[in-house]
Amino acid sequence: MANQIIFYVLATIIAIFSVLAVTSNKIIRSALYLLFVLLSTAGLYLLLGYPYLFGVQIAVYAGGVMVLFIFAIFLTNKPGDKVDKERPIRRIVAAITAFTGLAFCGHIIYYNVARVFTTVIAEETKIQVIGRTLMGTEKYQYLLPFEVISILLLACIVGSIMIARKR
Amino acid sequence: MQYTLLILALPLLSFIFLGLMDSKLKAQVSGLFGTCILGTITILSYFTAFQYFTTQKIDGVYQKLIPMHMEWVRFTEYLHIDLGILLDPISVMMLVVITTVSLMVHVYSLSYMHGEKGFQRYYAFLSLFTFSMLGLVVATNIFQMYIFWELVGVSSFLLIGFYYTKPSAVAASKKAFIVTRFADLFFLIGILVLSFYTKTFDFKELTAEDSNLFAACSGATFMGFSVISWATAMIFIGGAGKSAMFPLQIWLPDAMEGPTPVSALIHAATMVVAGVFLVARLFPVYYFQTPEVLHGVAYIGVFTALFAAVIACVQTDIKRVLAFSTISQIAFMMVALGVSGYEGHEGTGYMASMFHLFTHAMFKALLFLGAGSVIHAVHSNEMGHMGGLRKYMPITNWTFLIACLAIAGIPPFSGFFSKDEILSACFEFSPFVGVTMTFIAGLTAFYMFRLYYGIFWGKEHKHEHTPHESPLLMSVPLLFLTAVTVVAGIIPFMMGTPITSDGADYHIHLNVVVATISVVVASISIIISTILYKKGDGVMADKLATTFKGLHKAASNRFYIDEVYLFITKKIIFNNVSRPIAWFDRHVIDATMDGFANVTQWFSFKSKDFQSGQVQQYAFAFLLGTLIMTAIVMLL
Amino acid sequence: MGELIANFGTGQVPMVAYLGVSLIMFFSGVYGFLTRKSLLMILVAVELMLNAVDINFVVFNRFLFPGQFEGFFFALFTIAIAACETAVAIAIIINIYRNINSVQVGELDEMKE
Repeated sequence: MANQIIFYVLATIIAIFSVLAVTSNKIIRSALYLLFVLLSTAGLYLLLGYPYLFGVQIAVYAGGVMVLFIFAIFLTNKPGDKVDKERPIRRIVAAITAFTGLAFCGHIIYYNVARVFTTVIAEETKIQVIGRTLMGTEKYQYLLPFEVISILLLACIVGSIMIARKR
Repeated sequence: MQYTLLILALPLLSFIFLGLMDSKLKAQVSGLFGTCILGTITILSYFTAFQYFTTQKIDGVYQKLIPMHMEWVRFTEYLHIDLGILLDPISVMMLVVITTVSLMVHVYSLSYMHGEKGFQRYYAFLSLFTFSMLGLVVATNIFQMYIFWELVGVSSFLLIGFYYTKPSAVAASKKAFIVTRFADLFFLIGILVLSFYTKTFDFKELTAEDSNLFAACSGATFMGFSVISWATAMIFIGGAGKSAMFPLQIWLPDAMEGPTPVSALIHAATMVVAGVFLVARLFPVYYFQTPEVLHGVAYIGVFTALFAAVIACVQTDIKRVLAFSTISQIAFMMVALGVSGYEGHEGTGYMASMFHLFTHAMFKALLFLGAGSVIHAVHSNEMGHMGGLRKYMPITNWTFLIACLAIAGIPPFSGFFSKDEILSACFEFSPFVGVTMTFIAGLTAFYMFRLYYGIFWGKEHKHEHTPHESPLLMSVPLLFLTAVTVVAGIIPFMMGTPITSDGADYHIHLNVVVATISVVVASISIIISTILYKKGDGVMADKLATTFKGLHKAASNRFYIDEVYLFITKKIIFNNVSRPIAWFDRHVIDATMDGFANVTQWFSFKSKDFQSGQVQQYAFAFLLGTLIMTAIVMLL
Repeated sequence: MGELIANFGTGQVPMVAYLGVSLIMFFSGVYGFLTRKSLLMILVAVELMLNAVDINFVVFNRFLFPGQFEGFFFALFTIAIAACETAVAIAIIINIYRNINSVQVGELDEMKE
């Protein structure tokens, strides 16, 4: 019961703030709304029984990415700047397209997924299991992608510095 | 004698090498390289000549020898273009003449062109010219000759326009190229007509004495003349273009814009005699098949000789005087060919023509190189800026004087012998031609000494800096050519000349009457010239000029031939032919092509928006496509 | 909808609800991507979409293969990659801002024409 209440609260927050994030006039507010959405998503992960993912989501997204965003906004926006929006006609067309897509996908999910899988017993995943899976080299274990990601991160650090440094 | 191929190959390689390396080589290196190559082929040519004249005589007749031959393009069963090397007395003689003069010019230029911008290019072009000229004279067939003929034209064009930053040089090179090209068009038509009827390009077949080739087409006529007459006349027009016969002589005086050694090599000694060589090469065809054309050649020659000699008497630019004298002297050779018979004593004209070609090449090259030496010292072409130079330039003075005596026909210099042979051939042909030619020979002596006195005697012009004798590299060629000029005339008397139309030996014997007359006429002319010009005050000369005011003015303006050409080309051809063609080209042909371009451009601009570079637009298109496909899948 | 309401009493959230949430999030992202002109806002929209996809991975993993970790790790890696992408993208945006003093996509036409 509590699960459901929490879920619906989070779902509402996500729905409202994701729409607000893309429609807001002030860019800093958009970023803030995005933060809410990310935090709520983290909540959903917790709800689904993945506390580790919850932690990662908070640390990486809410912690790292959002800080970057806010810095970037501070660096590139003069005070009082309004976000330029597309012409109304294009916004309407985009909205219609997005709604059509939403309708299609919703239709498909509702009629194909809802019938089959409705319930699940959410059990917590042990952190030891995650650790072993992440570091193992056997089947269904992920050491190689893990290392690849680490290299990617390194490359990304170097790349960012290269791109953004003053010449 | 396979090695004769080297004579062609070396200058070509030298041209390619020097042309490709261009300024990567030091100027002196490329100059020396070109000169060494030239020296090598000169020695080879001498060796070829020696071997040919000592071994190729069968029954007292020199055989035509073809050491190299290959088929290049085959059109029909009979008609094919070959490439090869043909050695016979005249081509061997030409080899010697060309390589000798070219070597002298190469050596001379080392000093004369020293420090010029494009020195390497100059030597590359000289090599190209030497290659093409040698290829021309050893051609085995008329088509090969035509190819080299055009190459010679190109290298002449390149060398006249050597100072391509000077507008007058550019104009002169274009003029030379266009005029000779125009004549070459006739040459080509002549070749095609001739080969169409005789079914061969080959010189050996065309000039064989018992030729049956012409039997087939004897009936074919066009506008009252046989087609062979038309063909040979056309071919002669081609030769007239290169040899600057009236009325195609207009390019040669302007060609003097090129460097002086080039004038010596191309526009005095070698290229301009290509026309004479062409007629000599096809002489049996002219003589047996179309004697009327040959007589036409003679009369055109007489007129040109007179015409050019008269103009030469009043020109003040020393190189132009020499240019007109060249035209006149080449006309002498043409006349000699025109009046010649075929065999034995009858063939004096032919022999005289070739003999004069040889001697003229030597002394005219000498004159030009001497003039170059003078110009080098004075930095001007105008006779008015010279005068009294004999004190400063003794070598040039003496060599120039000997060349003048040679061209004037004073014994014992070479010009006397060759000119005498021409005159006696003319007298045998008709007294009228003989008398006229003797008169022209007198004129020649007159204007040459007018030139000589104008440069080396007379009033001294104030010089910015004292003129000095030219350096050794320039004096050596002068001295060498002088030596040749002095002795060349006597050689045929000592051993008999093989340069005859049928290849048999011919022993020259001096026609005493003609010789006396010509020497007397020449001496009188020189005396008149001495009286008029030696002091250099020009009083008597001015008096003469005012007496014959009209003639003097007309001659100074080269009888307005250039103006006539300009009128014809600019006023008539440009307006009535070129302009409509240009209009058609611009408004019909170009417009069609522009239309294609415009339509394409219009379409491109319209379709350009598809690729705007706006990633959102792409995303939108992608999403829309996905949605439509989803809709199709779902609804169907 | 009926089932959602019927399920309410059971204490379990159905899979379709999670998917619905991610769907809304994703298409808000799409809308934002199509309509926003600022590069940063476009990046915000992209983050939204990525996040929606993460949810989907996790949800499918939890509901369809509860004993395995594929979806879980995919989400994990996606988060890491998203972080990289954001960092590089922001570096690029700052560089652009330094060069043309603007972060509007419409003005990024230096290389065009």
